Amino acid sequence: MARLQYLKNVVTLNLDADKCIGCGKCTEVCPHGVFVVEDRKARIIDRDSCMECGACQNNCPADAISVGKGVGCAQAVLSGAIRGTEPNCDCSKGCCD
Amino acid sequence: MQGISFITHNGRQIPRVPTELDWADRFGGWKARWTIGRMKYSVEPGIYAVGNPDADSFVYVSANYKMSFDRLRSQLAGRDGWILVLDTKGINVWCAAGKGTFGTEELVRRIEEIRLSEIVSHKTLITPQLGAVGVSAHKVKQQSGFSVVYGPVRAEDLPAFLDAGMKATEEMRRVTFPLKDRVVLIPVELVSWGKYVVLAAACFLVLAGLNPKGYSISVAMSDGVRAVLFLLISFLSAVVLGPVLLPWLPGRPFSVKGLWIGLAVLLAGGLFLWYHTNTADGRLIAAAWVLMIPALTSFVVLNFTGASTYTSLSGVKREVKIAVPIQLVCAAVGIGLWLVGRFV
Repeated sequence: MARLQYLKNVVTLNLDADKCIGCGKCTEVCPHGVFVVEDRKARIIDRDSCMECGACQNNCPADAISVGKGVGCAQAVLSGAIRGTEPNCDCSKGCCD
Repeated sequence: MQGISFITHNGRQIPRVPTELDWADRFGGWKARWTIGRMKYSVEPGIYAVGNPDADSFVYVSANYKMSFDRLRSQLAGRDGWILVLDTKGINVWCAAGKGTFGTEELVRRIEEIRLSEIVSHKTLITPQLGAVGVSAHKVKQQSGFSVVYGPVRAEDLPAFLDAGMKATEEMRRVTFPLKDRVVLIPVELVSWGKYVVLAAACFLVLAGLNPKGYSISVAMSDGVRAVLFLLISFLSAVVLGPVLLPWLPGRPFSVKGLWIGLAVLLAGGLFLWYHTNTADGRLIAAAWVLMIPALTSFVVLNFTGASTYTSLSGVKREVKIAVPIQLVCAAVGIGLWLVGRFV
């Protein structure tokens, strides 16, 4: 079974190679292997596997990564749309784990 | 939790928890999967001991969702350590990290509050990798002096990680979504959406009795019961087969995967329906279901995005923008045709 991937060409992930110091933190925290470090610089090798969790942006000490962090949850998007707010999971239905 | 004792360390009383889970722990976990007592299934934030830890023993960071806590301690059998439990409001590590409750601020606050530097002489915190969504390792270091070491994604890999000298393999750092992980999510989807489906089915049952002469209970029984069956079968097919067949259902968008389930349900039942009804109203009703069933199954599987481990917000936004209006229109027209069919 091939690895599950969501929609193509849609994520807001961005890596500024100039700012990158090659520490490898992004490769350590990414749950989907989006990054690799080669020649002391990180590189995006699997953009479409990114789920915009934001772990990389959060842990990059050089501020080289930006991503529109959010929860990929249809209900959050819908309840945000209905209430006129940002996508929001109120977790009251316990959909998390 | 049974079997909690207290140890005294550096003049402080610290609760010690066992590393074996008992039947009550497992039962509690099972109930949580079915949303029973889910939002109250937590432990007190603070510091706990496992085994016989001293000032050199490792510190493991946990969420206060009891399932997270239990998963962690059950992997520390035969080891001595400290568990630092953050107040994540009873939510698991990954979701709490996404909301920020398993994050830099709470971690730093908790370290200060329990005066961790008086308990251990080292400065290392073994933190679950999925916590990285909320925890910024370099900021925690700046603000507390403690260094975050990211452990594996799954607690079950923790022993191997520790035995290898805090080294993770690539697999330990990857989140997958295998069948068993998808299947355990079915009960919560079933219970959450099932209420609305049962309500809708009840409405259809009652409305089915409408006819040109007013109301007919016998028609409510035949047509109404049939409507209830269609709704329940469609819903159950989507809520079970969506997760189970996820990798094999065609299309990357979840709403499309759900659509295929709806078409399969129609194929199984609808052809039978079409063949057995030659009257105008019969075909009208069949058309109504052709619209309503795929709309329902598509919507149900779309909502599985929230429980899945690989969907991005940008992708879900795009899907919702396209799929939900279509589902709404099909459902509305289908309901309309069905109601009209009462009077034709």
